[in-house]
Amino acid sequence: MGALATAPRQYAPNSQEDSNMSLTPSELKYASSHEWARLEEDGTVTVGVSDHAQKELGDVVFVELPEVGSTLAAGDEAGVVESVKAASDIYAPVGGEVVAVNETLEDAPETVNADPYNDGWFFRLQPSDTAELDALLSADDYAARCEED
Amino acid sequence: MTEQASLATTPLDGLHRELGAKMVPFAGYAMPVQYPAGIIKEHLHTREAAGLFDVSHMGQLILRGEGSTAVLESLVPVDIQALPENGQTYALFTNDQGGVLDDLIITRWGPECFFLVVNAACKAQDIAHLQSALNGQELKVLEDKALLALQGPKAREVMAALSPEAAALTFMNGARIEVGGIKVYITCSGYTGEDGFELSVDAEHADALARRLLAFEDVAPVGLGARDSLRLEAGLCLYGHELSTTIDPVTAGLMWSISKSRRADGARPGGFPGADVIFQRMSEGAALRRVGLAVEGKRPVREGQAVLDSDGRQVGEVCSAAFGASFGGPIAMAFVERPLGEPGTALSVDVRGKAIPVTVTRMPFSPQRYFRG
Repeated sequence: MGALATAPRQYAPNSQEDSNMSLTPSELKYASSHEWARLEEDGTVTVGVSDHAQKELGDVVFVELPEVGSTLAAGDEAGVVESVKAASDIYAPVGGEVVAVNETLEDAPETVNADPYNDGWFFRLQPSDTAELDALLSADDYAARCEED
Repeated sequence: MTEQASLATTPLDGLHRELGAKMVPFAGYAMPVQYPAGIIKEHLHTREAAGLFDVSHMGQLILRGEGSTAVLESLVPVDIQALPENGQTYALFTNDQGGVLDDLIITRWGPECFFLVVNAACKAQDIAHLQSALNGQELKVLEDKALLALQGPKAREVMAALSPEAAALTFMNGARIEVGGIKVYITCSGYTGEDGFELSVDAEHADALARRLLAFEDVAPVGLGARDSLRLEAGLCLYGHELSTTIDPVTAGLMWSISKSRRADGARPGGFPGADVIFQRMSEGAALRRVGLAVEGKRPVREGQAVLDSDGRQVGEVCSAAFGASFGGPIAMAFVERPLGEPGTALSVDVRGKAIPVTVTRMPFSPQRYFRG
C-alpha cells in the first residue's frame, strides 16, 4: 500500500506502444470488471476504467456517476459508462463513501478514451476498509486476464 | 479464436488488419467495426472529406436472359421496365404477407441483364428466392468480387483524379471504368447520405484499388460502426431493424419505393408478393409509423427500448440508435403509433427505468447531399 500511496500521478503514454496494446500501470489495482483503483496520499481511493476497457467500449459518449455522499459496498453498481456501442455498469472496486466525482465527464465523456488513468477518472471514495484493495488484481494479473478475453 | 476460424473474410482482410482495425463477426464475415481513429472520428471524416468502406460481405448477383425484367417485376414492386441501362433502383423483396424479405439495389446492365446487390445476412435466402422465380434465366453469384464504397464530399474529387467518367456520374447511375488498369463497375450511390460511389471489382485487384484510394489525403478507412451511425443520420433503413418479414413498406415509410405504375391505381397494378396487403395498408394507413427521435441530453437510447407517451404508456419501440456525431447528440429511429409520429411530438424512451425525453424529428438528421447533376 505504501507503494500505491507514492505512485506517480502521471502516466505518460508510451509512443512505442502499438495502438492495439493496452496500458496497465503497475502502480494501480484492478477489478476483473475493468475498474482501476488508486490509493491517494490523503487516504482516498480514485476509481476509473482501464485502458483495456475504454478500448473495448469504443468512443464514450455518456457517463453516469454516483452521488457525492452516497455509500457503496465493494461490488456495488456505482454508475454507467455508455459508448457508441453499448452501456456498461461501473462497480465500486472497494467500499466507502463517495467524496468526489469527475464532473468534467458530463460535458467531455471522451476524456475517458483520451486519458483513462488521469483526467478520465470517475469518482473518489473514502474507503471504509483499505484492506479491500488487497483483494483486487495486480497489473500483471489484470493484464493476463484481459489477454484471456 | 476458434469462432474466428469459421468466419469468411473479404479480399481486404489483410489491409484491415494492417490498418489496425478492430475485427468483429458480422453476417458470417470478419469485418472491421472501426479503425484506430474510432467510430466518431470516422463518421465525421466521412461527412467532411471521404471515407472508404469495405462492403464486400454484401451479395453481388447477376440475373440475365430473356424474361429477366419480368422475373424481377414478379418479386419487387418497382417499375423495372422503365429502368434505363446503367440506371439503379432501390427495391424490396416483399413476401405474401406484405412484409419484406430483404432490400436491395438493382442496376440494369443490358436489355435483359441486371446487377443486384443484396444484404450479406439475407444472401443465401435471396438467391433461393430468386432461383424459385426463374424460368430459364441465369442467376450468377459473383463470389470473387469485392465491393468498396467511397463516400463523402471529397469522393467526387478523388474519383475525378482517377477516372473522368466516374466524376460525371449522377446519383443512382453506373459505368464501367478502369482505374490504373483495374476494371471497375462504379455506381454513384451509397449508404451515408453523402455524395459518393460504390465500386465493384475483382477480388484479386481489391487490395490495390483500396490502397490507391487510401493514398489520397482526403480518404480514410471507415468501419461498420460509423457506417451504421451515418446511415441512421441519413434516415436510411437497415434490414433487421427498420425492415423485416413482419414490417410492411407503408409502416417502414417506404411508400416511395413502390413505383406509380405498380400501385393499385397504376398501369400495371400488383403482380408482386403481398400486393393486396400492401395496397390495403396504403389506403387504410398503418397502425405504426417509422420516425426519427432526437434524444435530449447525452445519454444514448438503445435498440429495443420502449417509447412512452407523456402518461408513461408504451406507444412504440426503438429499432435503431446511434450517436449522431454530425447531428450533435444521440439519435434513434423507432416505430410509434401513427398519431404520435408527427415531427415535434414530445415522447420519452425508457432507458433502464429512466424516462429520457425525446422529440420526434424529421429525417434525415443530417442533410442528404446526393449529386443529381
